[in-house]
Amino acid sequence: MNKIGLYTKKVIEHFKNPHNMGRMKNPDGIGKVGNIICGDVMWLYIKVGKDKKGREIIKNIKFETFGCVAALATSSVITDLAKGKTIEEALKINRNDVVKSLGGLPPIKLHCSVLAADALTEAIYDYLSKNKREIPKELRETRQRIEKEKKEIEERYKEWIKIEEEMHKK
Amino acid sequence: MEKRIYLDYAATTPVDPKVKKAMLPYLSQKFGNTMSLHSFGQEARETLEESRKTVADLIKAKAKEIIFTSSATESNNLALKGIALANREKSRHIIISPIEHPCIMESAKFLETQGFEITRLKVDKYGLVDPGDVKKAINPIRKSSISNGARKNTILVSIMHANNEIGTIEPIEEIGKIIKESNIQHPESRIYFHTDAAQSFGKIPIDVNKMNIDLLSASSHKLYGPKGAACLFIREGVKITPILHGGGHEGGLRSSTVNVPAIVGFAEAARICEREMRREAEKLTKLRDKLIKGVLEKIDGSHLNGHPKKRLPNNANFWFEFVEGESMVIQLDLLGVASSTGSACSSAKLEPSHVLLAIGLKPQEAHGSLRLTLGRWTKESEIRYLLKVLPEVIKKLRKISPFKKHE
Ligand code: FES
Repeated sequence: MNKIGLYTKKVIEHFKNPHNMGRMKNPDGIGKVGNIICGDVMWLYIKVGKDKKGREIIKNIKFETFGCVAALATSSVITDLAKGKTIEEALKINRNDVVKSLGGLPPIKLHCSVLAADALTEAIYDYLSKNKREIPKELRETRQRIEKEKKEIEERYKEWIKIEEEMHKK
Repeated sequence: MEKRIYLDYAATTPVDPKVKKAMLPYLSQKFGNTMSLHSFGQEARETLEESRKTVADLIKAKAKEIIFTSSATESNNLALKGIALANREKSRHIIISPIEHPCIMESAKFLETQGFEITRLKVDKYGLVDPGDVKKAINPIRKSSISNGARKNTILVSIMHANNEIGTIEPIEEIGKIIKESNIQHPESRIYFHTDAAQSFGKIPIDVNKMNIDLLSASSHKLYGPKGAACLFIREGVKITPILHGGGHEGGLRSSTVNVPAIVGFAEAARICEREMRREAEKLTKLRDKLIKGVLEKIDGSHLNGHPKKRLPNNANFWFEFVEGESMVIQLDLLGVASSTGSACSSAKLEPSHVLLAIGLKPQEAHGSLRLTLGRWTKESEIRYLLKVLPEVIKKLRKISPFKKHE
């Protein structure tokens, strides 16, 4: 069987056994994004370290996602793609890379891959801005779009986000 | 996959072996066209009329009040558009519920673009229409603002018998009574009552006379008959305009070569339902209640959708906090269980189910919905298996969700 429902075997593998799943304690950056189209939510955590050459890399990465099969699989695969990459390289990962590594997604599910790419962007941005680094121009532009969409999703999911933040405080 | 458990009988059902047996001769031996003059045609015609009688019997209608179509969607389109077009010069107001099947919702929307006025009633948190609302909404004598002088009276009320998603059974008899009373008071402006019985036909008793139903749609593949056969009951004397024009089949109301094998199957399926309905409903109600009780007890943050009692014997529908429906359905599928969801992610339009929103669920709550529908071959052991795996599936998905509670 090459496909299960609409999905490739690769997608189902990630869905069944997601990589790097769960919450991270004291992350260096968090990306929280919501899917404007269908209303799903993804949180991505990164820990930044240095490689031998002294470049900053994504040393560890984890995700938590509320969403469809494609959302879970894209979350899982983007953590694979980003792990060990330098910040610069990680910023270049886009939705096409995500879709390609999954062996494709059904057209109606392509928007789920945007969610994963956005979460990574957000997590890196969070790290850079917390550490008062310069933000590359492209990253700034992507962020503007994400910010706008985030407002809309928060509107939709206000209560849940509230519950979650309260739980965090405890 | 060793285990395969089908809990999606509301989507479609397998053909009953007895139905299949009844159909077989009509594929290659008795294959005639009902319009042909020769003996092959004669044979097909006779079978068609017998089938019509059988299907009519199940809802206490007359044979000549049944026309065969290809699907419930077609029947519903024909009912709405057929009544609307036949009466457009005098009445243009139509009332529907907000939880109708998409084929009714969309037909109504289409009629809106053709100058008809649609009232969409409210439902309560169980999905029940209040007959009092129907009474308030019908307008037998309202003057129209349509410039050509036609009046904007109510011409049609279309309320489904039982909902396909949440299984709620509507107070059809009460609504029928209200419409009948209006028709007695205002005989010059007749209101027709249509019900989409795709989910209830063959599962719970229907009497079109007692319920004062003028038009009723039903479909074969929901009751262990083949796909491609359905019917519309049209009360004697009720005029509709056909949508399919052509050779004049089905009394000129639905041209198309008649699908005799499928209709024979439909009739056989109806016959079995007539005989088995009571026993089957009893058995399924028991299993359904066991399932509902088990799920609500075993899974934290689980909620029943639809009415606890006024619901189809075979329908259970829940929503679970912090999980998404498509993921649940695929996870269950990997474990061998077939189910369905009203989550936005699983719909072609990426919007949550209109039914779940209409009963007051928020989009994120509809996101976590799961429908399990039982049928003729559902075993108690299958429900037990489901009750074993579903809590695990939900636990796993909650673990991945950012909204989970801290354990
Ligand atoms: S995230 Fe909702 S469709 Fe994939």
